[in-house]
Amino acid sequence: MTTAIAVEAQSARKDYGSGQFAVRALDDVSVRIEKGSFFTLLGPSGCGKTTLLRLIAGFETPSAGKILLGGRDITYDPPNKRPVNTVFQSYALFPHLTVAQNIGFGLQMLGRPKREIAAAVDKMLALVQLEDFAGRKPQQLSGGQQQRVALARALAPEPEVLLLDEPLSALDLKLRKEMQRELKRLQTETGITFIFVTHDQEEALTMSDRIAVMRKGNILQIGAPREIYNHPKDRFVADFIGETNFLSGTVEEGAIRLTSGDLVEAPTQGRSGKVTLAVRPEQVRISGAGDPGSLAATVADSVYFGTDTHCHLRLADGTEIVARLQSAASGEAGLARGDQVSLRFEAGAAQVVDE
Amino acid sequence: MADTRFSVSRLPGFSTIAVGVFIILYLPILMLVIYSFNGGNSIAVWEGFSLQWYPKAWNNEQVRDVTMRSLTIASAAALISTTVALMAALGTTRRKQTKGQTFVYLMINQPLMVPEIVTAVALLIVFAAIKVATGYQGLGYLILAHSAFCIPFAYLPIRARLEGMDLTLETAAGDLYATPWQTFRHVTLPIVMPGAIAGLMLAFVTSLDDVIITLFVKSAGQDTLPTYMLAQIRRSVSAEVNAISTLLLVLTVILLTGFFLLTRKRT
Repeated sequence: MTTAIAVEAQSARKDYGSGQFAVRALDDVSVRIEKGSFFTLLGPSGCGKTTLLRLIAGFETPSAGKILLGGRDITYDPPNKRPVNTVFQSYALFPHLTVAQNIGFGLQMLGRPKREIAAAVDKMLALVQLEDFAGRKPQQLSGGQQQRVALARALAPEPEVLLLDEPLSALDLKLRKEMQRELKRLQTETGITFIFVTHDQEEALTMSDRIAVMRKGNILQIGAPREIYNHPKDRFVADFIGETNFLSGTVEEGAIRLTSGDLVEAPTQGRSGKVTLAVRPEQVRISGAGDPGSLAATVADSVYFGTDTHCHLRLADGTEIVARLQSAASGEAGLARGDQVSLRFEAGAAQVVDE
Repeated sequence: MADTRFSVSRLPGFSTIAVGVFIILYLPILMLVIYSFNGGNSIAVWEGFSLQWYPKAWNNEQVRDVTMRSLTIASAAALISTTVALMAALGTTRRKQTKGQTFVYLMINQPLMVPEIVTAVALLIVFAAIKVATGYQGLGYLILAHSAFCIPFAYLPIRARLEGMDLTLETAAGDLYATPWQTFRHVTLPIVMPGAIAGLMLAFVTSLDDVIITLFVKSAGQDTLPTYMLAQIRRSVSAEVNAISTLLLVLTVILLTGFFLLTRKRT
């Protein structure tokens, strides 16, 4: 079965500058984004995620490669000829227009009749719950309200694809959490394909259907949030998405011998020689000293975070492992520095990753 | 006072100097305005209050003639220079910073730096050649000359306005299906408008009171208000000139107040 593809990049490349100053912002990236999905481009600044977004929006043209929208080549179409709208990081609301005029701008430029525009604006105002603010100017609104106007403005022309360029980064934490749910709701209600750019892994995990992790102009891994979190392909992805313990070891008879001398069961994926193991802190279990089949460790530090307690443990050779324990489960007293304990990894927790 | 930072306004003698400077700046203007209401014919001896000079100036055929010419030239020059300045400002703020940028700014603002007398002589030479070649003697020369030296006055407020404008707004307009022309018409122009009107008014005022270039460029019988007044004062001193100056002052104050209000407003 094939699902419809909303946007496809074929070996999209973007170089800035020329000669010795040339910088490759995007290095032959190919990706297919399914229609109606919430797709996130995730990576640190300078990874090329915004460049890819700008290629799809038409603000830049690729140095090589193609951009397809619904199977149609739009690589060299100007932005105003693409049924794609953008929510900008700075919102970019027109300061001389009211909220209603901002939202209606796209349809007005498309030459739609006034009555149709008014109806669409009303619908959008209701969708983002700003009915009472239609006549206000953007600068009379709070940051969260401006954000919603920007969303409504981009959604009003009912684009095939909505691009969101780190739209939540200017909001405070509480509002950001609220808007994350709001965005997900809007995406589900409208059924429009959302392409969301962020450097915030939590944002990516909570909202996305699929995530592409990017680094240095390349996509390292594409997958559902759970897949990326539980089976990171390499050390960068594992480290960027959530906290991870990295352990060095050598493959030995279908298991892995750590530098501490302990043997850990893990799928070796046909590898041999030196490998890196990744283990999530919440998948480390602690029990009393001398538990058979466990790794002996010493408590180096224990930090209380409210719901969690982060326990820093040391193996025999000094390798540090962080375990995240639920405070309720770890008991009132918790663990003290210097305590001898046993630790083991949950089944399937230890993953071999590329360096 | 809780504020202990250094402030010039608390230095000894500050208010004395400030008052002195304001007197030097405004006393002559005040004198001019007062004597425009003089009952006598003198601009130095007060002979009682009268409004006689205003109707006298108005009924003077020559004054009406030169005023109309001044307003025509100033309006045309303001429109032309503001249009050119708007395009120049768009060109200098809407592209990547290049090495020649400072040079371009200097070129545009050249009339502010080159002594006016130099420009005047240069224009005289060029226009004289054109007059001989074409035979055209009209107001066009004065309008062109005024437009040229008014450009920087129109350019500076427009550029200030454009530089304060988020370029993403134009990107956003394009994203929302606006063609480049629609983007200019519906986004750039409305946002830059206060700057353009401010530039228009500054250019108008600058053109209105120009003497040097006008004297050099004008053909016979093309006196403007300032050159007419200069000629009048040389011939015989009359309080009529005071009345005209006062009216010009009022016009200028109105325009500059408008300029201030427009540039102060932020978006």
